[in-house]
Amino acid sequence: MDDAELLRRLCEGDERSFTELVRRYNTTLVRVARYYVNSEASAEDVVQETWMAVLRQADRFEGRSSVKTWLFRILVNRARTAGVKEHRSIPVDPTGSGDGTLANRFDQGGVWTDPPAPFTDAIESAILNERVIALVRGAIARLPEPQQAVVTLRDVEGLSTAEVAALLELSEANVRVILHRGRARVRGEVESTIKGGGS
Amino acid sequence: MRLTAHPLVCREAVELMSDYVEGALSRKDRRLLERHLADCPHCTEYLAQLRLTIAASGSAGPEDLEPEALDEIVELFRRFRDDPDQRT
Repeated sequence: MDDAELLRRLCEGDERSFTELVRRYNTTLVRVARYYVNSEASAEDVVQETWMAVLRQADRFEGRSSVKTWLFRILVNRARTAGVKEHRSIPVDPTGSGDGTLANRFDQGGVWTDPPAPFTDAIESAILNERVIALVRGAIARLPEPQQAVVTLRDVEGLSTAEVAALLELSEANVRVILHRGRARVRGEVESTIKGGGS
Repeated sequence: MRLTAHPLVCREAVELMSDYVEGALSRKDRRLLERHLADCPHCTEYLAQLRLTIAASGSAGPEDLEPEALDEIVELFRRFRDDPDQRT
């Protein structure tokens, strides 16, 4: 069932529809909130406030954006306010420095000396196996902010770069730099786990 | 932004790949990267891995919530349903 239908049923008082929306989005909401506030507990509080606001405003949703975008906007407004109260300084991804995951893997001329350990062949084409999905999921959860918020919104939730930029009040160029770093880190984690033979 | 037109080395190629996947490279950089990829199996593997991890991110689906966390939020719903005027 799509999000808009869940929201409609929620307006009629259907608990299961609300629970399903919570299941779909709570983790992402916590991750994005974490970009603005100082602690996990504080992020969870902001997310609870967000769900309260969803309950109050659900019947006023007009479908001019997707439910997802509407939900993220409610969250970001609250998270930003909470962050200001906490005097949280928003983490910046300093431009100009690398992501660190590929340090020492090139020679002085910039050619691979320690090339990527192949893993794409080991995975059945077109079918993403559960193991890679689990590795990627874990790696995203360990990304520092703002990479975690940006990678979650862009690659997990499928928002466009422009939507992510507007939501987080970043330039699109910055979103792309942050995305590049975050993706490189996630790939690096998958590679080192597979190379190390771990799970 | 790259202004030089020399052939890319691997380190530079890797820096461009996320934007390449996004379709955000200039024509010139895209061509330079594709020329490099045609001759470099390691960078080609890197790109395949990047695409794979992005695809895996998108198909991960929602993570399981801790039951207590879900219960707390569902409790909000019940309180709201029973008293929609409450503002706390």
